[in-house]
Amino acid sequence: MLFKRHPNGLDLPFPSEITPQEVYTGRRQFIARMAATAAVGGGVWEMANREAFAQTATGQKLAARANVALSTDEKQTPFKDAAGYNNFYEFGLDKGDPADNAHTLVTRPWTVRIEGEVKKPLTLDIDSLLKLAPLEERIYRLRCVEGWSMVIPWIGYSLSNLLKQVEPTGNAKFVEFTTLADRKQMPGLRSGVLDWPYVEGLRIDEAMHPLTLLTMGMYGQVLPNQNGAPVRLVVPWKYGFKSAKSIVRIRLVSRQPRTAWNDSAPREYGFYSNVNPNVDHPRWSQASERRIGETGLFQPKRKTLMFNGYDQVASLYTGMDLKRYY
Amino acid sequence: MALQLSNTQLKWLKVAIFVLALLPFARLVWGVATGAFTDPLAEITGISGEWALYFLCITLAVTPLRRLSGWNWLVKLRRMVGLFTFFYAFVHFIAFLWFDHFFDVAAMLADVVKRPFILVGFIAFVLLIPLAATSTNAIIKRLGGKRWQWLHRLIYLIGPLAILHYWWMKEGKSDFAQPILFGAIVAVLLALRVFWHFRRKPQAVRA
Repeated sequence: MLFKRHPNGLDLPFPSEITPQEVYTGRRQFIARMAATAAVGGGVWEMANREAFAQTATGQKLAARANVALSTDEKQTPFKDAAGYNNFYEFGLDKGDPADNAHTLVTRPWTVRIEGEVKKPLTLDIDSLLKLAPLEERIYRLRCVEGWSMVIPWIGYSLSNLLKQVEPTGNAKFVEFTTLADRKQMPGLRSGVLDWPYVEGLRIDEAMHPLTLLTMGMYGQVLPNQNGAPVRLVVPWKYGFKSAKSIVRIRLVSRQPRTAWNDSAPREYGFYSNVNPNVDHPRWSQASERRIGETGLFQPKRKTLMFNGYDQVASLYTGMDLKRYY
Repeated sequence: MALQLSNTQLKWLKVAIFVLALLPFARLVWGVATGAFTDPLAEITGISGEWALYFLCITLAVTPLRRLSGWNWLVKLRRMVGLFTFFYAFVHFIAFLWFDHFFDVAAMLADVVKRPFILVGFIAFVLLIPLAATSTNAIIKRLGGKRWQWLHRLIYLIGPLAILHYWWMKEGKSDFAQPILFGAIVAVLLALRVFWHFRRKPQAVRA
């Protein structure tokens, strides 16, 4: 167990212990300004900003029981990389943009609506979500479709815990996840790169699989905004973009939902998008990957594993042609 | 009036441009050495590719700029800028071969043949090699000005190929802002040449 566990399952600090937002954003600006005066050149400026972020955005602790059975013992990616190198286009297209811009995201109050082909539709606030089931820490491999990977200790519980609450009907064949799209909080929405809001989907049996994690934290703390706070999905055997961030609505549906990436470039991003070394991306091979923080310049990339190494999901796809349903 | 530069001024301008042109490379080396890049391969590939394109655009801009401004000394800077185009394209290629394929030439060639986006970039790089190789005064003399000039018109092909490569690279993320910008710049620079070429022709006939 990583942290002392409170009776309510949380280890949140007293409100008086939390640094008010104005204070820490003020400090961040101060540090950034100092760095700007001292440093010359775009690269240095960027690094300084990242440093400032690392010093100030340390989140609230979130206690969880380690789920060793579902965790890898591979070396974890440093927190600064996992929280500083993100694809979250709502906050910009460059990897560093989310960490720089996501401070504008308001994660409390936050509600998630669960509806559709269910007997008991529900609207849950983030506190109810945190208490719905015991929080677990699971160290998962994360494989991005771009060819890099990380190892991240997530905190959450199996999505099935939530889905069982709403009692899906027999018509519920797929689950659709809709994420926040608010221009005021998300500067990236001004770009027309995707058709907002970001929507992702899973087949119901994929969504009910124990590995599919409804995630509220990572590295022993509440999710940083740029990692999809306050609640996101983590589907470790699929490419990272299948794991929707900052979810506001979960809808159970009878037909395969449209998804943002599949809409935008269907040849490149299929609905299933299982990690599969045998199915190339049209523009690069998926046979190997660069493990962030590990693959030095003189170290070859590591081989990508089928289903990202999560063989226990193979039975979900028995008889399916995964080249066709990529 | 046309701005004139003395030989000393030109020499210092060359030194200044040389140093400036090496800054992106210095940033790469610095970033790799200090571990500042989260994903070094992606950074090296991205930064070198982008700078190869910048220098390609600058190289192509020399002639139109010279013609419009009358600054004839600009042409004396062109060889260096052109060689920096090749330099960054070379770094870009090495990043692909080394870091992505770990010097597995067979795997690299398989990738080149399989993927149009890489193929187009590869062709652009291969076409740059003879231009870089024929950049010394001795070779220019040996080839003769006319033939040298014809060879170096390959750049009119390399430009569009490089843009296409960049365009296809960005296609998956539908992020076309930069390819459109670069494409527009190259298109204008080439269109000016076409325009001047055809305007000159009828006059020549009449004369």
